[in-house]
Amino acid sequence: MSDSATKNPWTVLELIVNNHPGVMSHICGLFSRRAFNVEGILCFPDECGTTSRILLSVAVDEHLDQILKQLGKLEDVHEMEILPISREMFMESGMAFARKG
Amino acid sequence: MTGAELTVQLLERQGVDIIAGIPGASNLPFYDVLARRKKIRHVLARHEQGAGFMAQGMARVSGRPGVCVTTSGPGVTNILTALADAKLDSVPLICITGQVPRAMMGTDAFQEVDTYGLSIPITKHNFLVRSAEELLTIIPRAFTLAMSGRTGPVLIDIPRDVQDEMVTFTEWPAPGMAEITPLPARHSLERCAQLINKAKRPVICLGGGAARSGAEQAARNLAEKAAMPAAMTLMGLGLMPADHPLSLGMLGMHGARYTNMVLEECDLFLAVGIRFDDRATGKVTEFCPNATIVHVDIDPCELDKIKTSAMSIGGDAKTVLESLVELVEPVSRSEWLDRVNILRRDFAYAFDRIDDPLSSYGLVARTGQMLDDETLITTDVGQHQMRTAQAYPFAYSRQWLTSGGLGTMGFGLPAAIGAALAAPEVRVVCFSGDGSILMNIQEMATAVEENVNVKIVLADNRCLGLVHQIQDMFFHKRHYATEYRVQVDFLAVARGFGMAAVDLGIADDPAAALKQALDGPGPCLIRVPVSALDHVFPMVPSGAANTEMIGGKSHV
Repeated sequence: MSDSATKNPWTVLELIVNNHPGVMSHICGLFSRRAFNVEGILCFPDECGTTSRILLSVAVDEHLDQILKQLGKLEDVHEMEILPISREMFMESGMAFARKG
Repeated sequence: MTGAELTVQLLERQGVDIIAGIPGASNLPFYDVLARRKKIRHVLARHEQGAGFMAQGMARVSGRPGVCVTTSGPGVTNILTALADAKLDSVPLICITGQVPRAMMGTDAFQEVDTYGLSIPITKHNFLVRSAEELLTIIPRAFTLAMSGRTGPVLIDIPRDVQDEMVTFTEWPAPGMAEITPLPARHSLERCAQLINKAKRPVICLGGGAARSGAEQAARNLAEKAAMPAAMTLMGLGLMPADHPLSLGMLGMHGARYTNMVLEECDLFLAVGIRFDDRATGKVTEFCPNATIVHVDIDPCELDKIKTSAMSIGGDAKTVLESLVELVEPVSRSEWLDRVNILRRDFAYAFDRIDDPLSSYGLVARTGQMLDDETLITTDVGQHQMRTAQAYPFAYSRQWLTSGGLGTMGFGLPAAIGAALAAPEVRVVCFSGDGSILMNIQEMATAVEENVNVKIVLADNRCLGLVHQIQDMFFHKRHYATEYRVQVDFLAVARGFGMAAVDLGIADDPAAALKQALDGPGPCLIRVPVSALDHVFPMVPSGAANTEMIGGKSHV
């Protein structure tokens, strides 16, 4: 996260990924080592148990195209989509989980 | 059968015939199967990094994935450098690591490290095998990944108890094969051809991606038909033979002045399998300032990553170039080629004492004159590497093995051993320096044990030459921590390993001694004393534009 969180538009990416313990490391490592901006992550298993869904709140900036291409190269990422939901909706759902906990 | 048995048999079914590695507690079941089956030849390295670079040498020469094996913990941390090197140079590699038993993982067990976590950023992909049954899918998939698209290293971490676990299955999986790269759209190829046809001063630039795809004939055909001079990155050297009239040699930090000047003037820059590395482009905003950039690469992530192109084509270099050869109009472009020839005449390399085998450039050039085009060349990293890139007469691309992206000192000797294992019929020459050779000198023992035809030409200037040069030029000649206070007796060291050794510095006829050493059987160390004050020129200072070159005489 950075100051740009308040200045730039944000969007939410949805990934369908293999459900195994190393997947989060692959995704988070990609963002940190390439200095991509991500402000929120939600991850939960699909009903089938073999895949998981990861929602990422990311900045819409000059890096977004490269982020999408890099995520697309990951072997564990099956599908990728920009969701038509707002950053606020993402934050609210995240906060709802946090309060319930 | 056991997981270890399954692993070895799956490797055999992939056609693997040589692996390099070191055994340890966590991979002994695997080694025991190797011992019993005797189908795969195992080469015992003296350090895991050596094993990794031997596998790289095999892969870079054969084009097929090289395979290396280590135990858990320090075996893994030792090989990480070779994996990172393979990642940056897109070398297909399969690294199989032993791991502590599943029940002990996460407990800080003896020789346990987080191999999976450590290897994520430096491999194309990695697997932790959680059951012996998973090997049936993971091993073929690992080979497919290593070989497909932009090739790269894949790591497979196998806990020891998975190696011992019994598994039954009804059918062998098909061996992993390279996936076919989709053809680019016809209209983008046509548009690219139009841009070439319309250009007045086009240049093609060939990189490691073009070399990996085997594009040299297609590149040459396109350059000749469209009258496009061809520059090469460090990784692309050899794609156009050094003596070809359209060859511009290497661009960038230590390229010839004329090469960078041609790029300054070109109006179309067709980049094929290059990734606009900072050592190649210099200050990127001032790179090819007058050119329309067209970028061809197999990895979509490289397109528009560093330099925004006017058009980009995702695809295999060879396929794209073959299509472009069909689509472009044959032209002579005599005005442009005349201009290139004038620049070449006036601003080509001007090496000192190029005929003297005891000079820093002459040792490369004279060695080159004594070798045939089949000889494989490896280097370590530093001044000798740049001098080899500048002065060696490369004839084809797979002849040239160097650590480009990561710039790993210690690459040269084990990579040369791997190259010799993959191509036992040819001679391999490793140009090295005294700084670099010390970083994997233990592999001299492996070279002697395997009796590989590797000749090490060691430029010994008793310092870390390239860093010494930078201190000389940009740090007020404060040579700190770059000069060795102890002169290593490399001849005694080599002989201690059982390797033949010759010192050109005390030879009556250095050229004759060099020739005799190169022509002898088995491994040999050839020491050449050179001056620490010899600089690699010309040079673009770090961060400057490629036109701001220092040194290197001009001929005008």
